[in-house]
Amino acid sequence: MGWFKRIKEGITTSTREKKETPEGLWYKCSSCKKIHTTQEHANNKYVCSECNYHERIGSKEYFEILFDENKFTELDENLISGDPLNFTDTKKYTDRLQDSIIKTNLKDALRSAYGKVNGYDLMVCCMDFNFIGGSMGSVVGEKISRAIDYCIKTKTPLMIISKSGGARMMEAAYSLMQMAKTAAKLSLLAKAQIPYISLLTDPTTGGVTASYAMLGDLNIAEPASLIGFAGPRVVKETIGKDLPKGFQTAEFVLEHGFLDKIVARTELKEKLTLLLRLFKN
Amino acid sequence: MAYLDFEKPIEDLQKELTKLKEVAEKSKVDVSKSVLELELKITDVRREIYEKLSPWQKVQVSRHPERPYTLAYIEHLTKGTFVELHGDRTVGDDKAMIGGFGEVDGQTIMFIGQQKGINTKMRQIRRFGMANPEGYRKALRLMKMAEKFNKPIVTLIDTPGAYPGLEAEERGQGEAIARNLLEMAQLKVPVICIVIGEGASGGALGIGIGDKVLMLENSWYSVISPENCSTILWRTWAQKEKAAEALKLTASDMSLLKLVDGVIEEPLGGAHANPTEMFERVKKEILFHLENLSALSPENRVEQRIGKFCSMGVTMDAGEEEVEK
Ligand SMILES: [Zn+2]
Repeated sequence: MGWFKRIKEGITTSTREKKETPEGLWYKCSSCKKIHTTQEHANNKYVCSECNYHERIGSKEYFEILFDENKFTELDENLISGDPLNFTDTKKYTDRLQDSIIKTNLKDALRSAYGKVNGYDLMVCCMDFNFIGGSMGSVVGEKISRAIDYCIKTKTPLMIISKSGGARMMEAAYSLMQMAKTAAKLSLLAKAQIPYISLLTDPTTGGVTASYAMLGDLNIAEPASLIGFAGPRVVKETIGKDLPKGFQTAEFVLEHGFLDKIVARTELKEKLTLLLRLFKN
Repeated sequence: MAYLDFEKPIEDLQKELTKLKEVAEKSKVDVSKSVLELELKITDVRREIYEKLSPWQKVQVSRHPERPYTLAYIEHLTKGTFVELHGDRTVGDDKAMIGGFGEVDGQTIMFIGQQKGINTKMRQIRRFGMANPEGYRKALRLMKMAEKFNKPIVTLIDTPGAYPGLEAEERGQGEAIARNLLEMAQLKVPVICIVIGEGASGGALGIGIGDKVLMLENSWYSVISPENCSTILWRTWAQKEKAAEALKLTASDMSLLKLVDGVIEEPLGGAHANPTEMFERVKKEILFHLENLSALSPENRVEQRIGKFCSMGVTMDAGEEEVEK
């Protein structure tokens, strides 16, 4: 249990020494290279006003965008991963966890919180790509599972925001079983007739696509997001030629019938409010 | 018989035995005593080797070219009563996923499983047991039919993964697997899943949500193959042995971790060394578990099935003080 202490200390240190650096003043769009002030960029929900490029953001930003006055109640905020396999590749898994915890100031790759969206109750589980590639392990599965328990108990609609490279290899079959776990829990939510909206963002691949991300009553996506099961590199190797343009983009997935809608982040809250109203009334 | 690299001592002895028999044939000398001794020695060496197979060696056994595949089990168990059913009713019929009704000791069972090809041509047609979305959708169609007519379901898992092709992506591989996970969790009939060879990732799990999930002794089951794990985490193909160990993907490890419900022992030398014996052991397990599961109400089964998968995972609350054990 020594590493548990280390992780705890890591968490305390990271909170204590949380650096209050002054925000950089400028943001340069990584797609069209246009320069915006960071304030403008944040006001536009981190979407480039020039080319509509959606910058990858995390749970902190999504909660701010969605919840009224950025007010929400977070569940299980101290839940951290165990290391049941004592997994080591080029680095010990526990070191990897600790480093990520300190670096990102997050505890794992998903946060769950409930609050109001233009007055409508909503539970939001949001993935953080910065934490080990947004990979799904025991913590992600358990937090979604407990969030669904809350939704069933309180009849609160659920939204899961996916942004993930897939299952977390360092948890091996445990991470695989999180697919089973979340899907099984979603079957209970469905039986309780509580709406589940899945928001797929860039990127959503692997085991996340093959479980909760594709199981929404509504599947919606941010424009141009990479969405797929197998990664593009693997598909390219399989077919032995270049992939068609636009393959595995949100637009491609919509065209093939697996999304209900593509919604720009700037309109997300408004559209979501309408959907919640339509489900409710 | 094809031999794996670590079976070299067995292969050598087997060659010796063949030679001895040939010599005896020509010279008409009685060598029966030597033959018997050699045969006993082969058994001993085989036992020695198989008693301490490494995880990677088990992966090799799971992929042995002569290892029995899904249809071989079904044909043996159902004694000519198996009726294969085809098609997902939407796109086509996936040859990498097979299914149908068959009778085992008077009980109708819906069998479903990935099927690997038994020769070069069939391996292509069956895409090495890698199903497309329509394979998973066919599997779900058959499971729903089994539920409708109150027949238990047995799935046999043997796949290096879901097919990562262009059309598979167009037709929603992710959605197809996800849908199966959700629907299988709620099936009202008993579901038994057995990993008979390779259990790779979502492609395996897509027919793997059961009341009882069992693994053959030399099968493997994990989130990724050892080779791909090695490539991603070590950035080289060469660490596959290490990856196989780290993943804890063997039947005994998976059972210890309670990620599967049990292990079915294989005959000495693996399932391919004595397929008939393997089929009989699998049959015994299926009938045993079906009897137990049939005693539960459908609601009970679903609740326990969901409860089992929901208990999987290891987390802790960093906000609480450490408890000394
Ligand atoms: Zn731009």
